[in-house]
Amino acid sequence: MSMVQDLGGPAQPLLIVRNLRKYFPTKNTVLSFGKSPPVRAVDGISFSVRKGETLGVVGESGCGKSTMARLLIRLIEPDEGEVVLDGEAVGSRDGISVRDMLHKMQMVFQDSYASLNPRLPIEDSIAFGPISAGLPSAKAQERAIGLLDKVGLDPKLFVHRYPHELSGGQRQRVNIARALAIEPRLLILDEAVSALDKSVEAQVLNLLSDLRAQFDLTYIFISHDLNVVHYISDKVMVMYLGEVVELGAIDQVYEAPRHPYTQALLRAQPTMDPQRRTTEVPITGDPPSPINPPSGCRFHTRCPYVEDICSQVAPTLNEPENDGHGVACHMSNSGSGHSRAGLGLDGRI
Amino acid sequence: MTDTMTLSAPKSTAVDQSELLLSVRDLHVKFVSRERTVHAVNGISFDLHRGEVLGILGESGSGKSVTLRAIQKLLPPRRTVMSGSIKLQDRDVLQMNGRELSRLRGADVAMIFQEPATSFDPVYSIGHQICETVVHHEGISWSDARARALELLELVRIPSAKSRLDAYPHELSGGMRQRAMIALALSCRPQLLLADEPTTALDATVQIQVLLLLAQLQKDLGLSIIFVTHDVGVAIEISSRLAVMYGGHISESGPMSDVVTAPLHPYTQGLLASTIHSASRGTVLEAIPGSPPNLTAPPSECTFAPRCRYAVAECRNGVPVPRHPVPDRSVRCIRSEEVAKSGPLGIGSQG
Repeated sequence: MSMVQDLGGPAQPLLIVRNLRKYFPTKNTVLSFGKSPPVRAVDGISFSVRKGETLGVVGESGCGKSTMARLLIRLIEPDEGEVVLDGEAVGSRDGISVRDMLHKMQMVFQDSYASLNPRLPIEDSIAFGPISAGLPSAKAQERAIGLLDKVGLDPKLFVHRYPHELSGGQRQRVNIARALAIEPRLLILDEAVSALDKSVEAQVLNLLSDLRAQFDLTYIFISHDLNVVHYISDKVMVMYLGEVVELGAIDQVYEAPRHPYTQALLRAQPTMDPQRRTTEVPITGDPPSPINPPSGCRFHTRCPYVEDICSQVAPTLNEPENDGHGVACHMSNSGSGHSRAGLGLDGRI
Repeated sequence: MTDTMTLSAPKSTAVDQSELLLSVRDLHVKFVSRERTVHAVNGISFDLHRGEVLGILGESGSGKSVTLRAIQKLLPPRRTVMSGSIKLQDRDVLQMNGRELSRLRGADVAMIFQEPATSFDPVYSIGHQICETVVHHEGISWSDARARALELLELVRIPSAKSRLDAYPHELSGGMRQRAMIALALSCRPQLLLADEPTTALDATVQIQVLLLLAQLQKDLGLSIIFVTHDVGVAIEISSRLAVMYGGHISESGPMSDVVTAPLHPYTQGLLASTIHSASRGTVLEAIPGSPPNLTAPPSECTFAPRCRYAVAECRNGVPVPRHPVPDRSVRCIRSEEVAKSGPLGIGSQG
């Protein structure tokens, strides 16, 4: 494959996201008297991804992780916020256009069947992107065949098949090949292995690791499965009701979580050990609705450490020890007024 | 919470663990249509004792859900061909019809599903649907049934249960709906609860709550549960015994911790090795190559042989019969000694 164009050098983060926000309006009904509140799907999130890094994004349903992915790739327009790809602001006059951005950023979706055209042989699906980007069709076909081989599907057997003739794992391999066909630098994987059986999931994860090394790719890996995110990511971002609650290096966050929600999420994982089965519920209740989210810290309705300040003031993401491990919790902010301010978690979960 | 009424014990008061509740023998299930026949379940046998939680672990297409539905005879009658026997105490479910079957469903054997939103009728309140079931099966008055419904919602720890009686399914969150589903399933004090991936659609923090609730209810009420899942972690949390299904067969079964720590079947071993856990980071995953079998023809050899690293020519000479290399365990593999020798990979090897 051709060399990718690197603008800012290795120190320049590949992706910088600042204050990204998206509210979806809800339908006004007769009963809602005037304006009904919007769904605050993504409510001001900021993060960056370094070149060659894999950022894992975890959170429960409704936390905004998929909306965030769609905002990044402009399947939906953000209400507010800035996305900078390798030093160039996406969609701004002196930056990079959305169309050019898509040549550097691609996405793989959860539903492997719905994301392929059922009427095109998979070779044509893979070659479609490069052709529309201006590559001669013979070249594009060559590339498609090369990619099929790279994702572990024998081109001789598979080029002329249609999506319905493939298994879920094979289709997801085709989707990965399709995403890679225009030689992107950043791949967003939105629950890309979640629909696969465990034995096939492992195959696809191994493939993703190989491709990352081979093509110098950067991943944003979105999943509800904490074990999978731990396996593949260098950094992890934990989301709750449209906000980032914790962000840091994967081992730091998994070994010493700073936010009570992250801790609860980790404790809620099955132990995988017959001798140490879970005996206590780490946290009660369901995640609230992102329409009318709780005031102050959005987690305060489920948090065992809750105090008055939590429902009044929304904590901001800060790094208590300037170690790249950010957390949005009053307990990690020494001046917040919480009785455990500056002390952090004490094992209540 | 439960001591006020009769809910705390099922029909027999003391739970005798040695009493056989369900016995499935050589069950075959085929789905026949004009285009093709799918051999979903190909001769499985297992026993369930009172108070046991049997986890059935398998990937999509392994026949786990079909097995579960066969126990309630819920499969479409015109397209399904079943043989073998499913004995609940002394009655064979496969021979039942009409009245007997409707008595079985709900009263003796109840089922909870993956998606509680589609298992409830959206136009009736939760309380109404529980009352309706109780009145139908037990013929008690509506007000008694309502008292039972309230007690049930409290039993499954739905907060402010009294007001939730009149809530419609859409007014409850996913976790609450699944709790209500469990309440409905328990409303006629079944002896056997069938659970078809009831936590798969739930969020992680809610899943563990529902699993622990089920475990608690199982202990308190002395229920017997068959819990179908594709998730090894969930199976470990809930099961006392484990059956691993592949290609319409039970590859291996036995006490849960034995199966997980010392698998005897290459598929179990592969499944455990390819399940990602906290120690997987930085390693290449031991994926099982290939994909699950096509079940449009009855299996003539070990269904796992094409993907198996232990496979030898002999594996292709017919379907292996279940063997019992260790007491209380069963495995359909002619090379289980070699599998056992190579020790556990992945989860079991954490120590």
